[in-house]
Order: sequence, then C-alpha cells, then structure tokens
Amino acid sequence: MTTTLSRPVDVFDELRGAQLPSWGPRAVFGLAVVVGVGTYFLGLGVFRSVVLAWFICLSVPLWSLAIEGKRKATDRLVTTLVTSAFGLALLPLISILWIVISKGSKVLSTEFFTYSMRNVVGPGGGIYHALIGTLLITGAASVMSIPIGLFTSIYLVEYGQQNRLARWIRFLVDVMTGIPSIVAGLFAYALFALIFGDGIRLGIGGSVALSVLMIPVVVRSCEEMLKLVPNELREASYALGVPKWRTVAKVVLPTALAGIVTGITLAIARVIGETAPLLIIAGTTDSVNMDLFKDRMATLPVFAYSSISSPGFPPGPSIDRAWGAALVLLIIVMLLNLIARLVSYFFSPKGER
Amino acid sequence: MAKSIDVADLNIYYGDFLAVEGVTIPIAARSVTAFIGPSGCGKSTFLRSLNRMHEVIRGARVEGKVLIDGQDLYADDMDPVNVRRMIGMVFQRPNPFPTMSIYDNVLAGQKLNSKRMKKAESDDVVERSLRSAGLWTEVKDRLDRPGSGLSGGQQQRLCIARAISVEPEILLMDEPCSALDPISTSVIEDLIHELKTQYTIVIVTHNMQQAARVSDETAFFNLSGVGKPGRLIEVGRTEAIFSNPQEPATEAYIQGRFG
Repeated sequence: MTTTLSRPVDVFDELRGAQLPSWGPRAVFGLAVVVGVGTYFLGLGVFRSVVLAWFICLSVPLWSLAIEGKRKATDRLVTTLVTSAFGLALLPLISILWIVISKGSKVLSTEFFTYSMRNVVGPGGGIYHALIGTLLITGAASVMSIPIGLFTSIYLVEYGQQNRLARWIRFLVDVMTGIPSIVAGLFAYALFALIFGDGIRLGIGGSVALSVLMIPVVVRSCEEMLKLVPNELREASYALGVPKWRTVAKVVLPTALAGIVTGITLAIARVIGETAPLLIIAGTTDSVNMDLFKDRMATLPVFAYSSISSPGFPPGPSIDRAWGAALVLLIIVMLLNLIARLVSYFFSPKGER
Repeated sequence: MAKSIDVADLNIYYGDFLAVEGVTIPIAARSVTAFIGPSGCGKSTFLRSLNRMHEVIRGARVEGKVLIDGQDLYADDMDPVNVRRMIGMVFQRPNPFPTMSIYDNVLAGQKLNSKRMKKAESDDVVERSLRSAGLWTEVKDRLDRPGSGLSGGQQQRLCIARAISVEPEILLMDEPCSALDPISTSVIEDLIHELKTQYTIVIVTHNMQQAARVSDETAFFNLSGVGKPGRLIEVGRTEAIFSNPQEPATEAYIQGRFG
C-alpha cells in the first residue's frame, strides 16, 4: 500500500547557484602578479606590465559571466574597477611620500634643525629660521582665525539660524572658501602697503593672508560640528533654567569639542603649506627673525621654493635642503593630523558606543 | 511649596499657524494631571507653553494667560529663564548630557548656572534627588561614570532626578515613558505617585491606561479637523472622564474608536 516517491524534490536546489571555485579569483590575481612582475623583468617597462596584469584580472568577471551568470559577473567587474580606482588614487600619495622621504631624509641632522642659512655657501646650514617662521606665522594666523571662525559659527548655528544676516554670512564664507591663495597674499600686501608704504615685508602680513584662507574653513567645519549637537540637549538645558549663553558655553561647545578641535587642526594643516601668499608678503631671508612685526621672515614652503629656484653654486646642497624642508613640512602636517585623531578619540563623549 | 496653574483662553502659534486654540484649564497643586488625545492635537505644544519652552522654537508665540498661583507667566516683566527654574520638565526621549558623569548630570541645573556648592552639600543633593527618582541603589557605586552608559529607563529616571534636583514647584512630563519598556514604565509610574506629594505634575501620554493609572485629573485634547487647531475638549476627574465622559468625542477616543 505504500507509494514511493520516484524522485524526492530537493527544494534547496533552487536556492543554490553556480559558483566559481573559491581558489579561482585568487589564482587569477596570483597569475596577474606573476605575469606583471615577470614581464617587467623581461624588459617590458613598468607601465605596460601593470596594464597587462590589469587585463588579466579582468578575466575573472568574464569567467564569472560564463559560470555564475550576469548579476555576480557585474558584481565582480565593479569590485575590480573600484579596487583599481582606489589603487590609482593611492599611487600619487605613495609616490610623493617615497620621493620626499628618500630625497629629504639624507639631510636631516641636528645641524639642519638648529642652524639658519646665514652666511652659508654650499653645503651645511639648516632650516631653523624657516621652521621658526612657519610656526610663528601659522600660530599667529590661528590666533586670529580660531576666535573669529568659532564665534561666527556659533552665531550661525545658535543665534542667526535662517535669518537674512546669517544667510549672507554663509554665502560670503562660501565665496571666501574659493579665494585663490595668491589673492589672499595680494590682499595682505595691499593692506600693509597702504599703512607702511610699498615694498613692505612682514611676518604678520603672512599671518593675515593665511587667516583669510583659514577663517572660512574653520567656520564651515565648526558649523557642521555644532549642528550635530542634538537639539534635545539644548532643550534639556533650557528646561533647567539655564540661560542661552551658558547653554552654548557649557553644553553645546563641550559636546562638540572633539569635532571642533579636529576641524581647527585640519584647517591649520591646510594653510601651513601655503607658499604663494607668504612669498609676496613675508618674503624670505637667510637669518632667524623672531619678530612678526619687523622685516622679512622665512617659512618652510618659501624656503623650499627659493632653494630650488635659485640654488646658487654648486646647486646640489641647496636642492637637498629644499627636499629636507619639504619632508619637515610633511611631518608637521602628519603630526597635526595625528593630533586631530587623538583629540577626537580622547575628547569625544564616552559611553555611547 | 507646589503651586497650582490656571490657564485662561490660551492660543498657541507657530508663526502664523494657530496650533492650539482657546484652552482654559485649572490644574490643582499636588496632583497629577494627564493630557490625552490623538497625535498632533497640541498636547505637547500646550505642555511646553506652561514653562515657556514653546518660544524656544523660532517664530513660536502665545496669546492668553498662564497663571501660576495668580502670577501671569507671560507678563512683560517675567524672565523665561527664571520661569523654567521654577517649572521643571522631563522629555519624551531621555537626554542626559553626554559630556557629564551621572553625578554631574544630577547637578546639571546647579553646575550649568555656576552655582557654588560645598562638596557635602552637593553630595547631599545628588543622593536626595537620585533617591526620589528611585535610581540611587542602582548607580550609587558608579556616580562618576557617564550618564549615557545607563539603560533607557535608568537614563529617564536620571533626567527626572536632574529635573527635581533644582527643586521646582511644578514638574512637566512630555510622554516620559513612550521610549521605555513596561518594567521601566511601571517604575516611573510608581515614582510619579510618590512625587505628587511634593510637586504639581502634568503629564502628556499617548497611553490611556497610563493616564487612568497615574492621574487624578484628565484632560482630553482633539483636533476639530485636518489643518484646524487643537482644542481642549473635556477635563475632569480621571474616574469621571473614563467612566462617564460628557462629550461624544471623548467617549469615542476612550473606547478606542479613533486615535
């Protein structure tokens, strides 16, 4: 009386799909690397072997199209394209780091950091004067920009919101973001030439030019950070009978502190490498100048520029010093980025993870 | 020390939009008054106008009178900051300050106003407030930890402790349990029963059973139509409103026929 089902239906069969063997893509990428390296050593040239290897990688989507079907093939194709785009974007970064470190590291020495270029001809000398100049000028620019930028953003978020003045300020800040740095330098020069006459060169002028570039960046990043503070916290504070200014100072700013400090640090990193405005208004010199309000002042980017453009004779040592200055500038920017990371790690509100 | 509230013919606006119209309601001292009604009928808006939190929103304004023991809150010489010190508020979502410890959160009203206190005195205020909020035993060993590390129900009780540590006369609660689980809700309802011996409590709730459980008086708000302002339909003893409502709309809402 028993009936046997002739063929048990496997419902899961419909859920399964054909798949490339898991070693498949890896094998193709391995082959691509081998072929690329091999043809490079056979004398095909870097560019051609990379392109050849890349085309071999493209065979994975084709293989997948044959076995797995269209959806998975598209997935693999786009994955390949996105990964290649990432590699392409990484290329200039790695190449800059490589060249600057390899060419700049050989001049780094105690002398390089502690001597100026005063009376130095040929090898020797250092960047002490330019380092001091960069730190002083950027420091003064920060002292000017941070309060102006922070207070502007507080006005925009907490007080102005959508009124006409706030809309105008936002528009003008956006316009300021687009000012070319050379124009900022010319502005600072024109300003100080009006007061002190033509041909003026001052460190503080460089700070003014840099703060013109820095203020919009500070305003924008602080504004974004203040906007992120939940409105509930402001309301909680008001409901406790706390006046608005205390709410801003003691609730909103501490909550946004990490983001604000990060934004400011990145704004500093953005202007510390500016060359053009400083070339115009701060000039360059071979001696140490500690006074922002008197005479020319050397800075790292301008030092690197003038060491390359007028190296003297023999040119070798001067060009090496330019690479050294570039490396030091790069290290300062990376340190600033690191500080920004650490600050946002240690200052952000805890216990929300 | 708790005070009574008398609202006379209050219109509440957002810009030109009339959100709540013509509310007249007496609220007795040392009692719990619940506001019920469908979403968007102006319960929360009306609650926020009782401690002048409404005007924090841009363009928001109020016409009419809110009398606290005979004093008009909206008189020209009233300072909204002082009003809010006297009338505390607990919000729908727990909102402890993320930069502060549990201890500092309880004392936020004092700390943010830079009130100087001796250590012993502030310890005392913290313990008293947390005990009244029913949170003391749970957090007494970790007062220096951030308030945002607590569970949702604990955070809400922390917010209540924060609100009562400045010793207000009146406590406004805007759906304090809607983001909480049933156990935390029942803890907070017990707390409301205890607090009403000292404070005048006004609570907005979406939960009719909750209104029936915690309140002495119940006020029913409703919209007269889409885009029309919200109105106070009926107010009375909670038992009366739930067992013998006078208005057909109240009866329909309580029986769950709309809302």
